[in-house]
Amino acid sequence: MTPALHKDLIRIDGVSHTFTTESGSLPVLDNLTLGVPENGFTAIVGPSGCGKSTVTRLVAGLLKPDAGSVWLQGQEVTSPRSVVGMAFQNPVLLEWRSILKNVMLPLEIVSSSLSSAAREARARDLLKLVGLAGFEDKRPSELSGGMRQRASLCRALVHQPEVLILDEPFGALDAFTREDLWQTMHRLREEEPFTGVLITHDLREAIFLADEVIVLSGRPATVQYTKALPQRGPRSLDQLYTPEATETLNILREQIKIAREGEEPGS
Amino acid sequence: MRQVFVPVLAIVLFLLFWEGLVWVNDWPNYKMASPSDLWPAFWRFKWLFLTFGWETLWRTVVGLLIAIVVGVLLGMVMGFSRVLREGLYPLLVGFNAIPKATVVPIVALMFVGQHDLNTVLIAFMISFFPIAVSVSIGLSTLEPEYRDILRALGASQMTIFWKIALPKTLPEFFGALKVAVTLAFIGTNLMEIVSPHGRGLGALFDSGKTNSDYPLMFAVLISLAMLGIALYYVVVVLERIFAGWAERQTD
Ligand SMILES: Nc1ncnc2c1ncn2[C@@H]1O[C@H](COP(=O)(O)OP(=O)(O)OP(=O)(O)O)[C@@H](O)[C@H]1O
Ligand SMILES: [Mg+2]
Repeated sequence: MTPALHKDLIRIDGVSHTFTTESGSLPVLDNLTLGVPENGFTAIVGPSGCGKSTVTRLVAGLLKPDAGSVWLQGQEVTSPRSVVGMAFQNPVLLEWRSILKNVMLPLEIVSSSLSSAAREARARDLLKLVGLAGFEDKRPSELSGGMRQRASLCRALVHQPEVLILDEPFGALDAFTREDLWQTMHRLREEEPFTGVLITHDLREAIFLADEVIVLSGRPATVQYTKALPQRGPRSLDQLYTPEATETLNILREQIKIAREGEEPGS
Repeated sequence: MRQVFVPVLAIVLFLLFWEGLVWVNDWPNYKMASPSDLWPAFWRFKWLFLTFGWETLWRTVVGLLIAIVVGVLLGMVMGFSRVLREGLYPLLVGFNAIPKATVVPIVALMFVGQHDLNTVLIAFMISFFPIAVSVSIGLSTLEPEYRDILRALGASQMTIFWKIALPKTLPEFFGALKVAVTLAFIGTNLMEIVSPHGRGLGALFDSGKTNSDYPLMFAVLISLAMLGIALYYVVVVLERIFAGWAERQTD
């Protein structure tokens, strides 16, 4: 184990996990080791069904690994902890609450020293930051898909989590909305420091948002390839079309292809 | 305004049509009483209608309340535990499949003389099933992400139930409650008709039958319909208050 790994805010150490289903046992993760440094942002890509969501559930403490360990801030994860914020492909907003009340939901669970006025102010600030000012009192059904996803991001961040876990949050959006949300992500990252894990199927998204891209092998997944990206922080969409970016994309695409070919038959 | 006017107009038209139909065909009372025959029947037995209507109403409501408590508890148990769901479901379906008309005389004999208990029991037995099923389906089909957003923050199962599972199930619950109201009403009346020396509108109907007082029988039917409508709309109002958010999307 490298010393650098110890400083990682998120650390996954030799994790293996097998699901038991009706049709037998399904090994999903095999000796997976990876780390994300504090305030780093790592994208995880890999073939469909290889176990990416399982990784996020392990980090969030929603699932216990069969073998190996998961660490957050130097503490082993044994159960869910409120230092985590999560957003999924499905924004899962609660239809009976206004957007503001949806965003404030985590504050009702996580104990905090903030007064109720301060909590509301915090939620409103976040909504403003993602461009949802004026929609606080609307119901989720009155918003577009992109706007709902923005609200979902606010909810994931409202309790100022150390760790933000994003499981394909932009996967269901159209290309333009998605690019908009990428910019929003960079804005959020500047205003609200967090350590992030992003699961995505979109390689462009991965290199636009992350500091590092990890390619997982086919199931059972392990780290197949790691690509550190030269740039941190905000970047412009034009940078996705430079020769360097294209080269990175090609390398990643090649790696995904290898990962898919290496998959166990019958999956 | 329109919400009141349109239904009232519909009722008036219906009564006119009914009156006209009887008049045109020159039907005798025993075949079909006409609305104009009903007023005298109502008036003659107005105190009976009031007291018996009240009996029918409170028994139905009590039966329904018990059905809600038992139905929601059963639904919760089946919604949260797959094993219990698989175990209880066939039992419930079988129980529900028994025509309640056959259960009525059995219950009437089992607790002979306890008319209130019998009636409430049948109202409950006939109406808890849709409630239990809707709650269990609502809870078991809750997408895992909904649980996860709260679970990831360390929320307890109870918090998840109150904040997410329960409100999310309310629209289904009220849908089932509308069905249950009508069913409970049927249950109450079945028992009232069958029980000897019974009370309630069902018993009034029965006495109309033994005395060949056809306008009285029809008058009972009309008052049953009115009670049914009233109960149904109470549920609709409750639904607006507690699950009004679910309506918005279809507007
Ligand atoms: N709770 C579970 N019980 C049994 N099998 C599961 C469970 N969760 C996931 N699996 C299986 O484990 C495998 C990996 O699932 P996971 O959701 O982690 O994949 P993924 O990489 O996120 O896929 P996708 O790209 O489609 O989102 C899949 O084959 C899935 O069917
Ligand atoms: Mg997934």
